[in-house]
Amino acid sequence: MGDIHRYLREYYMPHIWCPGCGHGIILGAVLRAIDIAGLDQNNVAVISGIGCASRATGYVDFCTLHTTHGRALPFATGLKMVRPDMKIVVLTGDGDTAAIGGNHLIHAARRNIDITTVVFNNSVYGMTSGQYSPMTPTSRFATTAPYGNLERPFDLCALASAAGATYVARSTAYHVRQLTTYIGRGLAHKGFSFIEAVSQCPTYYGRRNRLGAAPAMLEWQKRNSISIEQAKDMEPAEREDKIVTGEFVNQTVPEYTEVYAQLIGRLGRQGESR
Amino acid sequence: MSAVPEPTSAATGRSRLLQGNEACAEGAIAAGCRFFAGYPITPSTEIAELMSEMLPRHGGRFIQMEDEIASMAAVIGASLGGAKAMTATSGPGFSLKQENLGFAAFTEIPCVIVDAQRGGPSSGLPTAPAQGDVMQARWGTHGDHPAVAFCPSTVSEVFELTVKAFNTAEALRTPVILLMDEVVAHMREKVALPSPGEVRVVDRPRPSVPPGEYIAYGPPPGAPAGDDAYVPEMADFGTGYRYHVTGLTHGKNGLPIGPGPEAEFLVRRLSRKVEKAAPQLELNRNELVDDAEYLVVSYGGAARSALRAVRLAREMGVAAGLFRPTTIWPFPFQAVASLAAKVKGILVVELNLGQLSLEVERAAAGHCPVQQYGRVGGELMRPSEVLDALLRLTGRKV
Repeated sequence: MGDIHRYLREYYMPHIWCPGCGHGIILGAVLRAIDIAGLDQNNVAVISGIGCASRATGYVDFCTLHTTHGRALPFATGLKMVRPDMKIVVLTGDGDTAAIGGNHLIHAARRNIDITTVVFNNSVYGMTSGQYSPMTPTSRFATTAPYGNLERPFDLCALASAAGATYVARSTAYHVRQLTTYIGRGLAHKGFSFIEAVSQCPTYYGRRNRLGAAPAMLEWQKRNSISIEQAKDMEPAEREDKIVTGEFVNQTVPEYTEVYAQLIGRLGRQGESR
Repeated sequence: MSAVPEPTSAATGRSRLLQGNEACAEGAIAAGCRFFAGYPITPSTEIAELMSEMLPRHGGRFIQMEDEIASMAAVIGASLGGAKAMTATSGPGFSLKQENLGFAAFTEIPCVIVDAQRGGPSSGLPTAPAQGDVMQARWGTHGDHPAVAFCPSTVSEVFELTVKAFNTAEALRTPVILLMDEVVAHMREKVALPSPGEVRVVDRPRPSVPPGEYIAYGPPPGAPAGDDAYVPEMADFGTGYRYHVTGLTHGKNGLPIGPGPEAEFLVRRLSRKVEKAAPQLELNRNELVDDAEYLVVSYGGAARSALRAVRLAREMGVAAGLFRPTTIWPFPFQAVASLAAKVKGILVVELNLGQLSLEVERAAAGHCPVQQYGRVGGELMRPSEVLDALLRLTGRKV
């Protein structure tokens, strides 16, 4: 493994993430996975939306695109369509992906376009200082849920799977080696790959819900994570507060830009024969 | 293998009976457009349909996105990958695209947005003409930003101005709006399409320095010292030039910055680069203006009725003339100002309650009276209505 510092714009540090934030661990996993995969640094585009996680694109030395809130996937789709040779990585947060960008997530998954999406899920809108997101568990507190969250959170991996993503996995900032492996498999996968990375926000989510500092929140990720196999034998009520980690989907389906290239080839041959 | 329809070929060098929307698609292909993302909406849908057929035949790519916002986003992503890219929409979709249109303006990513205006507000009158998006084309996205918008009145002009929209977007690195209306979008006319070699095609300025020396938003090498209106060179993603593109206010290296002189410089430079190019962009197709005592200002579909009214007025002995800007943004301020100093009155004819007329009033600056004649019920005004309004302006009894 090489030195991942070569993938960082260190001249643009310090970063904006709070002490104890899990996002740096997850970004490290992304960079290690890219390094292990041996990707050409010039041929990788990293694209993000808006939010704490999405600020990651400023810190990494690739072709980087920091777009509008929720829209990283359609920007990525346009780029991938005209540059199918490039490796496209989308880094995004839970509000960016599951709320404002939810429609784009399901359609990128449905098309099976070759984009690797890593969701930094810290259960809260951190950039705007702690409002509840579609990933905030029921009854947890946020600045806009002062009496506890009345809504139900998404199971993002189930959503991506149902929408047709062809590689789907979940891990946590605590399980960083497992997370790196899954991101690597997502990068190697031909098609839409989706990795949910559970992160911690001690500043807003942790403090408001009395979850302790970052080490305690990482401990919580360790204690509450269960494998897909373990989850199978548990009642839904038992699973409620658990993080189910593992690979949910890994299948081969024709990839969208390859199918489009075949169309161009077919039309070109017809043109010659005319 | 499925049956494939006969190809529509761009710029065949012969006359064809074309709809405005068809001429737009033909113009786009001739200008080098190789990516289109869109979402179905009346009255612009034919453009998407044609692009879906033509693009893969020209080695380009078409995608129907999940919504208007995504279409605008995909166009920007494709342009960053080096493709000339376009989307087409109408009123409600134009509203949805505004945030990403501002992103393209701020990050200087060339692209073309077609808005075939229909009756509004809201869902309005989907198959009826209007010109209610004139100010939205200028100020629709938040924040100070440059705007370029072209307004065709004929099907041939749709082809011509679509090519010009791409060339301008590329040369200035800015989004360009082709502001059509339902009249022009759905009307059919005979068009003499140029041969491919006859179409002047402009490409964005690409880096003239190696990646190590490239400064994404810096002045191009050779720019005069103190140039505050420059167009930076643009590297395609995936060509060895690694840099950052962000909708946050950014410095010359593309990375986010805070408030201060550098932010001030950036926002001013973007407007200046378009202002500086305004004289080259200006194109007014005037009729009978030289000796005119009364001036009609009109554009797009409305200008067709206005032209007829001007000719009828001449037959009645009224020295009327038509000033028809095809570039409405930047507004041809000086041209209107100098005419306003010569004529006795100006009538602005447009399918709205008074939008471009506000600019005309500003340019006229009290030198002559300015009146507006508008319709907002989804019907193109008749020449006789315009004539009546013109005669009222002259003080004649109607």
